[in-house]
Amino acid sequence: MTRSSWWTEILTTIAAIVLALIIGAVVMVVSDPDVLDKYAYFFYRPGDALAASGDKIGSAYFALLKGAVGSWGAITQSTSQAAPLILAGLGVALAFRAGLINIGGQGQAIWGAIFAAYIGFGVHLPLVIHVLVALIAGVLGGAIWGGLVGWLKARTGAHEVIVTIMLNYVAIRMLAWLLTTPAFQRPGRTDSISPIVDWTATFARLAGSQLHVGFVLALLAAAAVWWLLERSTLGFALKAVGANPHAAATAGMSVARTTIIVMVLAGALAGLAGVDAALAPSDSGVPVPLSNGIVGDVGFDAVTVALVGRSRPVGVVLAGLLFGALHTGGLGMQGAQTPGTVTDVLQALIVLFVAAPALVTRLLPFLRRRAARSATPESTGALT
Amino acid sequence: MSGERTTAGSLEGSVLEPGRSLETAALRRQRLSVGILISVVGLLLLGLLAATHGTARFALSNAFDPVQLPTVSLPGLPLVLVCGLLCVAAGAGLLTGRLAGRFQTLAGTVGGVGFLVGFLTWAAAGRALPFPVSNQIAQTFAVATPLVLGALAGVLCERAGVINVAIEGQFLVAAQAAAVVGTVTQSIAWAIIAAALAGVGMAALLAVFAIKYRVNQVVLGVVLNLLASGITGFLLDQRFSQSNLNSAPVMSSIAIPGLSKIPFIGPVVFDQNILAYLAGISVPVVWVLLFKTSWGLRVRSVGEHPRAADTVGISVTGMRWSAVLVGGVFAGIGGAFFILAATGHFTRDFTNGSGFIALAAVIMGRWHPGWAALMAIFFGFATELGSQVQTLNTPVPSDFLQMLPYVATVIAVAGLIGRVRPPASDGEPYQKA
Repeated sequence: MTRSSWWTEILTTIAAIVLALIIGAVVMVVSDPDVLDKYAYFFYRPGDALAASGDKIGSAYFALLKGAVGSWGAITQSTSQAAPLILAGLGVALAFRAGLINIGGQGQAIWGAIFAAYIGFGVHLPLVIHVLVALIAGVLGGAIWGGLVGWLKARTGAHEVIVTIMLNYVAIRMLAWLLTTPAFQRPGRTDSISPIVDWTATFARLAGSQLHVGFVLALLAAAAVWWLLERSTLGFALKAVGANPHAAATAGMSVARTTIIVMVLAGALAGLAGVDAALAPSDSGVPVPLSNGIVGDVGFDAVTVALVGRSRPVGVVLAGLLFGALHTGGLGMQGAQTPGTVTDVLQALIVLFVAAPALVTRLLPFLRRRAARSATPESTGALT
Repeated sequence: MSGERTTAGSLEGSVLEPGRSLETAALRRQRLSVGILISVVGLLLLGLLAATHGTARFALSNAFDPVQLPTVSLPGLPLVLVCGLLCVAAGAGLLTGRLAGRFQTLAGTVGGVGFLVGFLTWAAAGRALPFPVSNQIAQTFAVATPLVLGALAGVLCERAGVINVAIEGQFLVAAQAAAVVGTVTQSIAWAIIAAALAGVGMAALLAVFAIKYRVNQVVLGVVLNLLASGITGFLLDQRFSQSNLNSAPVMSSIAIPGLSKIPFIGPVVFDQNILAYLAGISVPVVWVLLFKTSWGLRVRSVGEHPRAADTVGISVTGMRWSAVLVGGVFAGIGGAFFILAATGHFTRDFTNGSGFIALAAVIMGRWHPGWAALMAIFFGFATELGSQVQTLNTPVPSDFLQMLPYVATVIAVAGLIGRVRPPASDGEPYQKA
């Protein structure tokens, strides 16, 4: 990695963010009937339309920025939103580096959350031990679900994309079913919700903020993945398999073994994201109880984080922080005229531009000499 | 991966005995795994004998059907026993390998039908209500309608060599378009047209990034799904949440004169809404398009060997664009179904993974419009069975039945039930030399 290509990727990413903000602004203006009405007499008094548009865009983006980083509380809220994104994003990034597309973060995180939450409310242990046991259980849950994909791919050649998508839905249905069983359903309730996790299994947080163990865990995981990729033999084999599996096999590396290990590790990382969802304290200080939407969309969000982070640990941390801040800012916009869901549009647009650097250089020709490579594998091959 | 797979069926591990044809390792694995599956299912049925009480009743008509058929009562215990034994026998026949080719297919069919009949008998035996057979089948077609249309979209794209993971996103955007245009015009026809156009719009996004910018198509599909979810969610919050922009008219079912009077089949098949008929017609239409027109031949050629197609003067990008856009029409119409067949009301992310079931149907249906539609109907059947069994109050969780499409797809791509062979250049961007 030379200095200039680092620079190129940063520039392209910034360009992608700027382009996404511009398109987001257009979408906001076009979708607001009050602002659009003023364009009806644009040629008579252009000032009205431009002022209304400027006001709309400015207030929305200001509310977004304020909600994301406007106060210490908001900043720590952003880090707590970033933690599961970073963890699951690392899982996807690690698989990308080995040439595997892991769309299964959702299912792996769900199993992580199921295992961790069950230990959290079903078993009663002393203070530090409880959270450790729950954490290990959750990691195991994710690792098994991810490992299953690796094993199927290594043994039968089943394409990891289709298997992970399908296993996501199997996990979603398993969670839905478990929440109707006496072991998981909160006594006295008929809806799908579990008991509340013991306080001994809850992640500790810095008093008066949302900065909790989950974010520290995410940074530690990023460091571990960096070490694995850059300093370990396994990491070398992993990258070799990702670059050219035939060459790696010729050099004596076992492609099958590497595939299984990578998917186990990717599953473990996504499982950690599920652990974070199950054990991290919410605003009230108590973790959100297990329910059907416990992990949100973390699996697909993780793909976006890994893409924008160029599948490198540092990049994933930065991308996770960016999207965590976007999510938090979106939540903070509820009172504003513009719905906070605009952040979902921004997130998808940023990733779309990052995934297609050729489009960015076409729109911004002065970047042309520095065209960055796309962060994804060139071809996927058919999904079988 | 494809190179390894073709050699997996090599002669090593094959069994050669006098008087018997050669069996490759892949076929052997397939035979054994199907045999094990059917045997296990048969043993499961025999295990359920203890929990089978009374008679199983099957209602062949709804209360409102013109011709009332009797409710069939079958003895629960003997029937489950027979079905279980049939499954075990079929499984054993496959495992011993004493069955010739045609009988193997027969054994597989006996196992499948035996399990279905046995399971339904067990589920219905001794319940207060009869199992509503006609309702189950009629609803299967309703549930399967968008799946069939989505699967056709997938088949068209992938036959041209473009993987479409964004069927879900196409459904979402098309559904919102149908809801809004349907509300404004109060016309089903305009709602369907708007949905088709929205589907084509999403298809154009897929095409421009997959074909022109050569973005990895799976990643692209995931991102487009997120974009569709984000943009429909935002527009719903910002603009379309008021009911004056989100209450489209709902389709009523159209009974085909004459045909709908046929006992049993009439009310089940010929009393559907317009989109269900449209889906039914679309299957042969896509088949003819792909296999009987020169356009279809060119589409398939760029999906299999784009270089060769290019050499004889076929525009690879042109064919891929046209196939993806035509697919968008079908996906869009499928998206309209979610609005026009239900409440006429769009809510966030309410297609709920149907696009991914359609993708599964494409693969299970081996990239063939007919088989993919059949698989979509099978998945619709499993989903509908989940809700029917729930109303019967059986101990089987409906979640397990709704898992069926996904588990079946994993088993299929793992090559346990027949190897699926995709178009050779599926998912590979083409660059002119």
